[in-house]
Amino acid sequence: MIYVALASFAFLLALVPLISILYATLLQGYAALSFDFFTKVTPPIGGTGGGILNAIEGSFVMVGIGSIIGVPIGVFAGAYLSEYPGKFAYYVRLLAEVLTGVPSIVTGIFVYELIVASQHRFSALAGGVALGFMMIPIVTISTNESLKLVSSSIREGSLALGISRSKTLIYVLLSTARSGVITGVALSIARVMGETAPLLFTALGSQFLMTGINDPASSLTLLIFDFATSPYENAHVFAWGAALVLLFMVLSLNMIVRAASRLKVTGTE
Amino acid sequence: MHDSSRARQRARLPNFFLILLIIAAFAVPVIVFLMLYEIGNGSIDAMRAFGLSFLVGSDWVPNPANGDPPILGALPAIYGSIVTTTISLILAVPISLGVALFQSELSPRVLRAPSYFLVEMLAAVPSVVYGLWGLLFLVPFMRNYVDSGLKATLGFLPLFYGPASGLGMLTAGVILAIMIIPYGSSVMREVIIAVPRSQREASLALGATNWETIKTSVLPFARTGIIAAVVLAMGRAMGETMAVTMVIGNVARISPSLFLPAYTIPSVIANEFTEVAGNGVYLSALFELGLVLFAIAFIMNLLGRVLIARMAFRAKGETAA
Amino acid sequence: MSKQPTKRNIVPIAIIVVVIVAVIAGAVGYQMMTSTPAQSMTTNQMITGTQSMTTQPAQSMTTTQPPVTILGAGATFPAPLLQTWTVEYNKLNPAVTINYNPIGSGGGIQQITAKTVDFGASDAPLSDAQMQNATGLVLMPETLGGVAITYNLQTYGITNSTTLNFTGDVLAGIYMGQITKWNDAKIQTLNPNVKLPDTAITAVHRSDGSGTTYAFADYLSAVNSDWKTIVGVSTSPTWPVDKTAGGVGAKGNAGVAGTVFQTPAAIGYVDVIYAMGQHLGIGAVKNPAGNFILPTLDTIKNAATAATGNPSPNDLRLHIVNAAGSQSYPIATYTYILVYRDMSALPNMSKDKAQALAKFLWWAVHDGQSYSSALIYVPLPSNIVSADEQLLRSLTYQGQQLITQ
Repeated sequence: MIYVALASFAFLLALVPLISILYATLLQGYAALSFDFFTKVTPPIGGTGGGILNAIEGSFVMVGIGSIIGVPIGVFAGAYLSEYPGKFAYYVRLLAEVLTGVPSIVTGIFVYELIVASQHRFSALAGGVALGFMMIPIVTISTNESLKLVSSSIREGSLALGISRSKTLIYVLLSTARSGVITGVALSIARVMGETAPLLFTALGSQFLMTGINDPASSLTLLIFDFATSPYENAHVFAWGAALVLLFMVLSLNMIVRAASRLKVTGTE
Repeated sequence: MHDSSRARQRARLPNFFLILLIIAAFAVPVIVFLMLYEIGNGSIDAMRAFGLSFLVGSDWVPNPANGDPPILGALPAIYGSIVTTTISLILAVPISLGVALFQSELSPRVLRAPSYFLVEMLAAVPSVVYGLWGLLFLVPFMRNYVDSGLKATLGFLPLFYGPASGLGMLTAGVILAIMIIPYGSSVMREVIIAVPRSQREASLALGATNWETIKTSVLPFARTGIIAAVVLAMGRAMGETMAVTMVIGNVARISPSLFLPAYTIPSVIANEFTEVAGNGVYLSALFELGLVLFAIAFIMNLLGRVLIARMAFRAKGETAA
Repeated sequence: MSKQPTKRNIVPIAIIVVVIVAVIAGAVGYQMMTSTPAQSMTTNQMITGTQSMTTQPAQSMTTTQPPVTILGAGATFPAPLLQTWTVEYNKLNPAVTINYNPIGSGGGIQQITAKTVDFGASDAPLSDAQMQNATGLVLMPETLGGVAITYNLQTYGITNSTTLNFTGDVLAGIYMGQITKWNDAKIQTLNPNVKLPDTAITAVHRSDGSGTTYAFADYLSAVNSDWKTIVGVSTSPTWPVDKTAGGVGAKGNAGVAGTVFQTPAAIGYVDVIYAMGQHLGIGAVKNPAGNFILPTLDTIKNAATAATGNPSPNDLRLHIVNAAGSQSYPIATYTYILVYRDMSALPNMSKDKAQALAKFLWWAVHDGQSYSSALIYVPLPSNIVSADEQLLRSLTYQGQQLITQ
């Protein structure tokens, strides 16, 4: 019996920080919310007023760029891994798992060297590419796993009907595994939305709204980092407000996706 | 005649699509090798300048006073990474195990799904939000309650020497622990669930209680997997950047005291990368640190997965038997 | 083919919602780029409660300026002023967006040398070696300010409105780890009316390459021979206090001020405005004339007047620490904008951008100076403005002079 109590205690202990973070973010961040908060851009250091519009825009745009890069490549790569298993696929899968474990700051300095240093500019594009590189292995692995779950009878049945391999993949398998694939994509989006380190040396940050993807941009995460370490009280309030917005987006995406995936059934016979 | 040309056409289409898939599949290895190339290339200057002594050098002086070339050693950062990771594992492993057991074996069925959900929420919180909470909540908490308590009771130990500002290795270790609990516990839970029923049923058939079964059959069988979870969590902790940078105090120092500000490998890079003042060796040294970090994360990841694969193999073998 | 239960339709809808929002955000962003200026915001009002700056005199820029975005990075010391300038200038010239990123003087020097930004900013004057590395780079002082010694002893009963006295030797002792407690005799004798606590000092310094550090170290070297030999002057020295127990590093002026604010018994050095903004304690430092001086507009101005001299536009690297004068603040420093004399040296530069940047800098050293005082930066002395004008007139793009007035 004590062991049940100990395990329960461990579980509750693990929940304490979660509750503390949610509570703190709600309480402190709520004070920041206002119409201005969502429609104006960040004030200069120490200034008052303003909002986080440029950060929200930057986050969306860079995650968007990352998705455009990460989702198609990840889905196709994952499809390849499940449909054409072999030595090559085995090593690709292994490397994908390794890539998911690479610290995001390493990805950041990699993309700095690849894009920023060679192009001589910090840009939202570079930030988006860094996020895209992070999404590729995640989407690859989750697509692979989802396709693996589709029972082989479906696969074989489709091929037996004379449908070509590519059409089988697109119209039969991927649509059957659709929920799993979308879950993987949504989770990877939620993950990169919360990333900061890869953006530190690529997107750099900006006080203004975006003037193009070849210029630096801000993001919710960069804003939180800058404002949290600032000495000004209203900067802290902004940081909490941005954290509230970010947490809301990330957690709700997570919740929707996980709730829906519990309800799904993937084509088992 | 018609059939053969139609057949040829049909044979061509899949090839095109297949090529698309192969190109996509190539993306992953290309990224990995490109990453190694760029970071390795960036590190060459530092490797030439410092050689192997970079890894054991304990002085981190990027801008010596008289315009002398920088003297850079990675040991303070490596030391800080190791100590904070160790603290986080000491705290997180027992809790992760408890959570994993709770989720898989010991909780009433109706609580299972909510418990999964809650721990996953913990994993979903972005690192920078942990850092924000850490800086504005945890640091004062540690300073006012934990550090002073430790100082009062165990202050004679060199571990707890010095002024406790709340920014330092102990606080960083605590935040890392919180962040790796969901990761560690989910892997442990999976390996515990993967223990074949035959093991459990055999133990129960012999008259063991639920807990005795866990202790004598499930856990020993899952031992490899649990070690794998620890290794994976370790790799995760070593690579964590933002939350640690915000609470560790950012000083290149090697000291036994857990209260004092220090550095970790990722936080050095985060702090100093954009500020590298014009000399190639300094930037190159940061790239070399990035290479070290990559290598550590790679090895941990690989090791963890090998261990899990080994355990899964055993589990399959047992189930078949 | 198997059928799916219909309950799982939430997921695709959620994804579609996210994508639609992203597309809308992107569209809004692009629209804002091409038409309206960056949204207005209130200017700095936090310190003295002064009203927002009066509207500018009618020095209108050309209305046919094509939209340009200029990127600058560097010192955090003048960042409040620089960021105010970019916002105000954008109000006057909506087509010109100047993005200034405070990443520390070291970063500013690095990024402009690497040509990844259009202009840099640094409080630390470049060494001759650094100038060699970045041929064609010129330094233009755009403002000057004071480095305040700030402390947090509120939990020990010393309010932040109590002024503590410091000397250069005491400060050197603290940052060399020789003076470890607040009630050390050397500090206490300077402050006979204050009961200093028997607590360890947490000495906060910069973790990044910093011009503010440079100015502080420059001052300490001038007054303390031990500091000069053991530590010296640089943007990121090895702090002896780190080897003992009391040192903490923070990123940027904001980081140091923030850390001092959060840490009882801490001391730090930051630009005045950062200390005042957070209502931190500010110390009075002994100057060569023997007086304990607080950093104010007047005392910093006195230092500048005494020590600036008449430099040539070819080398405007100035040292005004430890300036003469009975009411001069001893830790004052100029801060510089770093630009290439020949702007075409930058790979991402265009004629329009170069012209816009040159015009902005011209505006900054003239009209921009009216924003300085509210943020406790001293307006440039007139001889420096003239020198800057000469420097700006020498800026070219592909051989063509950029400023013709």
